[in-house]
Amino acid sequence: MPAHLSARLCSLALALFLIAFALPAFAGPFEDAVAKFANDDFSDTEEAIGVVAGSGNKLAFPIISALQDGRLMADPDSKKVYVTGADGKSIDAATGEAVASVPDSASAVRLNNRLRRSVDAALGSLTLQSPDVGTRLQAAQSVFKSHEETALEAVEAALAKESNRSVKAALGEARAAILLFKSDATEVEKLEAVATLKARGDQEALALLTGMGDQPASVTKAAASAIGSIQNSLAVWSMVQNAWYGLSLGSVLLLAAIGLAITFGVMGVINMAHGEMVMLGAYTTFVVQEVIRSRYPGLFDYSLLIAVPLAFLVAGAIGVLIERSIIRFLYGRPLETLLATWGLSLVLQQAVRTMFGPTNREVGNPSWMSGAFELGQITITYNRLWILLFTLAVFAILLAMLRYTALGLEMRAVTQNRRMAASMGIATSRVDALTFGLGSGIAGIAGVALSQIDNVSPNLGQSYIIDSFMVVVFGGVGNLWGTLVGAFTLGIANKFLEPVAGAVLGKIAILVLIILFIQKRPRGLFALKGRAVEA
Amino acid sequence: MNVMDTRATSAMLYLDGVHVSFDGFHAINNLSLTLEPGEMRAIIGPNGAGKTTMMDIITGKTKPDEGTVLFDGVTDLTRLDETRIAELGIGRKFQKPTVFESQTVQDNLLLALNVDHSVRGTLFWRGSKAESERIDKVLETIRLTEARNRLAGSLSHGQKQWLEIGMLLAQDPKLLLVDEPVAGMTDVETHLTAELLKEINRTHTVMVVEHDMTFVRELGVKVTCLHEGTVLAEGTIDQVSSNERVIEVYLGR
Amino acid sequence: MTPHMLTRSLDRSATIFLAVVAACGILIPLSNLLLPVGSFLQVPTYLVALWGKYVCYAILALAIDLIWGYCGILSLGHGAFFALGGYAMGMYLMRQIGTRGVYGNPILPDFMVFLNWQKLPWYWYGFDMFWFAALMVLVVPGLLAFCFGWLAFRSRVTGVYLSIITQAMTYALLLAFFRNDFGFGGNNGLTDFKDILGFNVQAEGTRAALFALSCLALIIGFLICRAIVSSKLGKVLIAVRDAESRTRFLGYRVESYKLFVFTVSACMAGVAGALYVPQVGIINPSEFAPGNSIEAVIWVAVGGRGTLVGAALGAVVVNYAKTFFTSGVLAPYWLFMLGALFILVTLLLPKGIVGTFNAWWDSSKEKRTATSVSAAAEDGVTEPKMMAE
Repeated sequence: MPAHLSARLCSLALALFLIAFALPAFAGPFEDAVAKFANDDFSDTEEAIGVVAGSGNKLAFPIISALQDGRLMADPDSKKVYVTGADGKSIDAATGEAVASVPDSASAVRLNNRLRRSVDAALGSLTLQSPDVGTRLQAAQSVFKSHEETALEAVEAALAKESNRSVKAALGEARAAILLFKSDATEVEKLEAVATLKARGDQEALALLTGMGDQPASVTKAAASAIGSIQNSLAVWSMVQNAWYGLSLGSVLLLAAIGLAITFGVMGVINMAHGEMVMLGAYTTFVVQEVIRSRYPGLFDYSLLIAVPLAFLVAGAIGVLIERSIIRFLYGRPLETLLATWGLSLVLQQAVRTMFGPTNREVGNPSWMSGAFELGQITITYNRLWILLFTLAVFAILLAMLRYTALGLEMRAVTQNRRMAASMGIATSRVDALTFGLGSGIAGIAGVALSQIDNVSPNLGQSYIIDSFMVVVFGGVGNLWGTLVGAFTLGIANKFLEPVAGAVLGKIAILVLIILFIQKRPRGLFALKGRAVEA
Repeated sequence: MNVMDTRATSAMLYLDGVHVSFDGFHAINNLSLTLEPGEMRAIIGPNGAGKTTMMDIITGKTKPDEGTVLFDGVTDLTRLDETRIAELGIGRKFQKPTVFESQTVQDNLLLALNVDHSVRGTLFWRGSKAESERIDKVLETIRLTEARNRLAGSLSHGQKQWLEIGMLLAQDPKLLLVDEPVAGMTDVETHLTAELLKEINRTHTVMVVEHDMTFVRELGVKVTCLHEGTVLAEGTIDQVSSNERVIEVYLGR
Repeated sequence: MTPHMLTRSLDRSATIFLAVVAACGILIPLSNLLLPVGSFLQVPTYLVALWGKYVCYAILALAIDLIWGYCGILSLGHGAFFALGGYAMGMYLMRQIGTRGVYGNPILPDFMVFLNWQKLPWYWYGFDMFWFAALMVLVVPGLLAFCFGWLAFRSRVTGVYLSIITQAMTYALLLAFFRNDFGFGGNNGLTDFKDILGFNVQAEGTRAALFALSCLALIIGFLICRAIVSSKLGKVLIAVRDAESRTRFLGYRVESYKLFVFTVSACMAGVAGALYVPQVGIINPSEFAPGNSIEAVIWVAVGGRGTLVGAALGAVVVNYAKTFFTSGVLAPYWLFMLGALFILVTLLLPKGIVGTFNAWWDSSKEKRTATSVSAAAEDGVTEPKMMAE
């Protein structure tokens, strides 16, 4: 729980208490237990935690949470215990009365790791009945993890009242976890618990089942079968997880390669500065966010929406400039184009380094791109999901553009037969410049997306250029669908190899496989055939 | 074992039931053609009839989807690559003249000579008198003796066509495939080329692809008209040019 | 190599080049060793080492020019062969350290002791012997080039495709050599060398000798390249460069030619790397970086591809410029200059310095022959035509 939130909760609880219980309290088990915090003895403290948490006293939550935050002060001389609030005001922990100041002799009650677990568990059971669904769910989960027997009653009480489905399920699981480890639970209860954990079926359930210690034979047997079934389902989920990572990597590769599929695939221009177009897109995002941060902080969530068209324009304009000033003089000389654009990439990198410095620049995630959600046993982060969707959208738009717009038609005409297109009145040099600009602009857009998951530095583009070429070559030059299939194949293959071979060896293996693949199909997965190809 | 017994055909070149398609487009469709040893054949047909693709198949550049291609009665050409087929004795002149532009005329012919083509052979090559005599003779035949030390790239279009024919001569293959030898030539040059090909035909089997009907008539040989990847008509130039279908698809009325 | 191949291969610019390299190879070490330190004509030791580096780069440039300039194969991975040769030499030098390492282990190099390795990996066997290491300098790059080329050329991977997969090759090696468990010292590479053949690598005499040896290797490499390109095989290579498919239809097995020249070139690059390592005192994975290989290509482009003299000259000129600019206040602008060099050379000087000079010389000669017919006739006889680009 974030510190400011718990502090706010504390002061709220404190205020409520001061209004409702402004009556002197009588010494009872609760007050005795509170006094034990002052003994500076870990076992006394543990006992005190148990009693206070189970007391049902309204002071229990402020005390335990103060204990967790180191705000519970105890005076060893007077055996008085105080709760200091985040606002600096203090109360007497046993009575709840406000005190002017905590004596100098008082010091914070110390905790060790074992006690911290007890504190967590106690807080868990204390918040099981919070009005906030999220808090209840969190509490139930923390009880599940700690499976302290002391929390059983609180869990069952909460379970009886609970109406929310997911909280109810979490509470049931927490109860099962407790029962499994409770030495005096009946065999039936334990079998039920195993079944509940089996249904949960994740790593944590697996850990509980494997670490449950001595149990009756029937329970051990049921647990063994549950372990087997969980392991199987986890294996399947880990495949799904790998597939998701692969799709995610594939979308990044596709995004980086899609612009190249235009410039290299469609135009046949080998642009080694393609990665730098991606980098420029990422820096455009950085600049947009800087302006928003300093001028219009409220617009931060829209920063990417603003950056996408800007990055397209910046990278696209630079692309047109490059085509007009360098590449058009080198048509038909692919190797020279390669060298000149490599030189260009050095210049662009150094220019960015001079302007923005050589180190990584901070590009933030807007709120809708941060965080994650659970899907079965896997976690899907929003930024990866958005990038996948965004990539597919860019791909679809590009495909539609090539097929249905006048520019797309002209592009295809020029690339298929330049002289014929020229003689039909198409301004081929204008089409060349626009095509190159389009490819570069898409690289710029890719930069916006990649700024969300990668370090924004002048070397950003370098790390994508070889991969991008591999994708285009693997997929088959001149075929956008090939690029799509190529990117996802490479992405998924990479992620499935990684757990087996390790990240670096996996990457090497992929490179070697592509080199071997090119031997078999020199023109890629979806090669064009016929006489025209060789010409 | 007698070699004659194993020959499937007496033909120099034998194509039967050849099919090729590129992405669904049938470039060659059930093509059958036979060329006897010592024959010269002219191939005509509209653009896209499959003339160049047929040459690609014979020289190993394109592999047919199905069909038989036999050279000299015994060798299955569909299983060999360009180098091997060239070594067997099939030479080709391309539609667009392709000579080694940055090398001299003389060196172009030297490269074409059918001597040892292995890496070792060329690395330790030292010219012989016989070789230079052959080159001299070819230069004379193609009328480029004066230009022997010029770069091939500096030749005129017609001269390049001739140099390429000269390279074929130096290669001395059993079968010559000549793709549009007179494209871009003057009438005089065309006439001389026809004479040259007839001369070559005395000792070689030749297949000529050409659009120039005057030239084909001058060659005075059997003509095959291709259309949509298959043989439309075959016979003398008069027979073929009076064929209704040929007139319809190719010659025009 | 037969004598006629040698004589045929020498024209005027080649002769001048060989004379200059030989003179440097003899005079610079002598001046460094014999003249008193600080005297006007004495070449300081640091310059001997620096120039020795340039000479190694020149050998690498020759290797690249042989395949790019004459056969049209643009390798963007020649730095890999250079580095492999360097690693082979580095492994020998590591084994020579013996007990003088930080950990004093007689067999294991320091980095292996540091990684808690118990015994030498099998691929380090034999590198304590100089002859074996020297053999590996040729064999390892040669074998890699042979296998790689055999796969690539047989399936007719050409042009930019080949360039890209050579780049991927060196990139894969870069990643591999960065790994500690690969057994080549991880990202620190191999360094702290002590002896080569019993001589202290730091000593002035050794450095001077290494410089002389590098010059000798450059001369031999140049003669080999020259012999290759001026043989009939050279004509075939140019034919492949200009019209690959035409060459096939003449009955040449193009892939064999490419494979031959690619392997020779890789071996040369390996030798260059092997001479480079003792002179700079370190070899690490950054030598495999794709950027290095491309930079080497631009040396050739600057000097003039298809002219062997130009390749060597380009390597020296560009690297001299690099040293000059990166050491001064202009250091932040060096990458701008290098980038601009790539662009300007390809756009404005496609023949490079030597190629452009040759073209100018030839055309001015033609003008002179127009005025003096008799002189032209003599020229035509005595001057064999330069290999055209």
